[in-house]
Amino acid sequence: MTEQMTGAQALVRALENVGVDTVFGIPGGAILPAYDPLYDSVKVRHVLVRHEQGAGHAAQGYAQATGKVGVCMATSGPGATNLVTPIADAYMDSVPIVAITGQVTSAAIGTDAFQEADISGITMPITKHNFLVTDPADIARTIVEAFHIAGTGRPGPVLVDISKDALTNKTVFQWPPVMQLPGYRPVTRPHSKQIREAAKLIAEAKRPVLYVGGGVHKARAAAELLEFAELTGIPVVTTLMARGTFPDSHRQHLGMPGMHGSVPAVGALQRADLLVGLGVRFDDRVTGNLDSFAPFAKVVHADIDPAEISKNRHADVPIVGDCKEVITELINAVRNENRKGDYSEWWRQLDAYRETYPLGYTEFEDGSIAPQYVMQRLSAIVGPDAIYTAGVGQHQMWASQFIGYENPGSFINSGGAGTMGFAVPAAMGAKMGRPDTTVWAVDGDGCFQMTNQELATCAIEGVPIKVAVINNGNLGMVRQWQTLFYNQRYSNTNLQQVRRIPDFVKLAEAYGCVGLRCERPEDVDEVIKKAMEINDVPVVIDFVVHEDAMVWPMVAAGTSNDDIKFARDMAPLWDSED
Amino acid sequence: MSRHTLSVLVENKPGVLARVAALFSRRGFNIDSLAVGPTEHEDISRMTIVVNVEDLPLEQVTKQLNKLINVLKIVELDPAQAVHRELTLIKVRADAENRSSVLELVNLFRARCVDVAPDAVTIEVTGTPDKLQAFIKLLEPYGIKELVQSGMVAIGRGARSITDRSLRALDRSA
Repeated sequence: MTEQMTGAQALVRALENVGVDTVFGIPGGAILPAYDPLYDSVKVRHVLVRHEQGAGHAAQGYAQATGKVGVCMATSGPGATNLVTPIADAYMDSVPIVAITGQVTSAAIGTDAFQEADISGITMPITKHNFLVTDPADIARTIVEAFHIAGTGRPGPVLVDISKDALTNKTVFQWPPVMQLPGYRPVTRPHSKQIREAAKLIAEAKRPVLYVGGGVHKARAAAELLEFAELTGIPVVTTLMARGTFPDSHRQHLGMPGMHGSVPAVGALQRADLLVGLGVRFDDRVTGNLDSFAPFAKVVHADIDPAEISKNRHADVPIVGDCKEVITELINAVRNENRKGDYSEWWRQLDAYRETYPLGYTEFEDGSIAPQYVMQRLSAIVGPDAIYTAGVGQHQMWASQFIGYENPGSFINSGGAGTMGFAVPAAMGAKMGRPDTTVWAVDGDGCFQMTNQELATCAIEGVPIKVAVINNGNLGMVRQWQTLFYNQRYSNTNLQQVRRIPDFVKLAEAYGCVGLRCERPEDVDEVIKKAMEINDVPVVIDFVVHEDAMVWPMVAAGTSNDDIKFARDMAPLWDSED
Repeated sequence: MSRHTLSVLVENKPGVLARVAALFSRRGFNIDSLAVGPTEHEDISRMTIVVNVEDLPLEQVTKQLNKLINVLKIVELDPAQAVHRELTLIKVRADAENRSSVLELVNLFRARCVDVAPDAVTIEVTGTPDKLQAFIKLLEPYGIKELVQSGMVAIGRGARSITDRSLRALDRSA
């Protein structure tokens, strides 16, 4: 098919042809030509956000809720630089998004023209790849390449910067274009020798752990994981990016590992003689001090990105491949291995950890709400079929710990980058991708104030998300560190020296949402039920919680996982059962 | 630490050098020397990168480089099985009195005199870094006015070419 059209028309046609149905963005000078044909598109719905950061996080939420590539669009200069944070976030968490930015006309590039920024240079270290397009003939092919790169292999963000003249000039549109990516060949098929080696180690191990990360859900391999875990009987830990990939209610699930992981999960890693890492990257928030991480364990490490293998921890059995293929092959290999590991002694030890060190929290005697209680009630009333998003900080950790996740991809949050303000726009994107699913943004009051302008977008576009603001009036996680490591000197963490600025209920109402407030534990159920009954507009609940609540367990930064505390100054007795 | 020479075949596209250089700096690896130029194929450029790292970080940097979409192939050249060359241009003080002794050194090192002025000569010399160092040391007493050196370029010995397979990949995608 060939047809004469402008670069802008070619762009919109290419987006339609690769299957884009939703684009989050804001127009401006350089991208303006693209918005004209976009106005006519019946296949692509453009969602006008209030800040480009919101567009980026919405694209991430959309991508994570649907498994498709999310799309955001912005103009040159400040429009593009406002996308930098969500692009960096998507890079750290391997979220497939394509960011399309306008650029000044090619003749003006390099002259410090109005709203000029070298966005391809700026995003070079935080994109999987990026393109600067100045010839309209390259637009269609570049879009196809961008979507291919973003969505295959280890997913990630791709930026396509298009000069204004490339959008306005005429070209011959050819479809389908031929990709020119000779240097891009992701390996998805695991090496059979390594698979056999892994199966052998699994059969020989006495204390194995499946260390499951975000790569398993990205490979859509939760079903295979469940089969593999049940076949072998090996205990499972799910990282922050993998919550829900293995059901929380499953007997073999020990919880989340890491800095705020459960004692059984952290203890299992530290005592394991074999780690089977699936789609993980041995992040410092999981390993703590690397030298003392899982000191007795041999490591089988499977990931689609060869650069992750042995980056932080040496892998005894390296497996490069897509987790779906890897786990399927592992299942076959374990079946062919005529021995089965005996982990009964290991399970006795882990069950003792579970019994002695369950997740817990202290309630407050003054009748104020413990934030963990809000999470437990959300989990009980809303249930596991909803999607939950979170910002970054204490509320995020509580949302990970105290909400029960049963479905893969049901907890969407900012892991690697730790981007405050992620929850509301990500929830908007998730809800637009999965309109029939209830979507709750669990947010902190600090995070909420970074991106709550997208409530206006939600109200106007008819995206009825629900927001639970865990309002402790502070930058809670920073305050917790000040409590523990800075002699309770609360430098610049109190957000509400005068109470209720802003008043979140009034703020919600100003944005056309329903605003509710809850200040007592006995009202928590009722307010959640009320929010669940409202499905035509977004709802914001201001949960006023105690400022002294802390996230436990905790492994202090840079220390060993062995030094985990399950409450302040309370360390588990690892070998008490011996 | 040990020195490693990487031959990196890349697509001849704008920004590739920036991507490679930025990757080294972002991942905390120092480049001792970098040379980039065309190859026998117009769509492929070749970088010769000398890095001073342990084996494990070298593996990591190679894997990270491989992830760059524009990188086609990376080969670490075995020093014993490859030819390494640098080129240096040196402007050295030399008048009628001592010019002949400078030119004697030029001949001994199989260098070339490329410009002569009443009080200076400009010398072109190629070779391994060791040879160039030795040459420069001998010229120092005369007074080196200016010196410029290329990055190292290197190629494997024997009949095999490292570009063959990458060329086939290019043909397939075109």
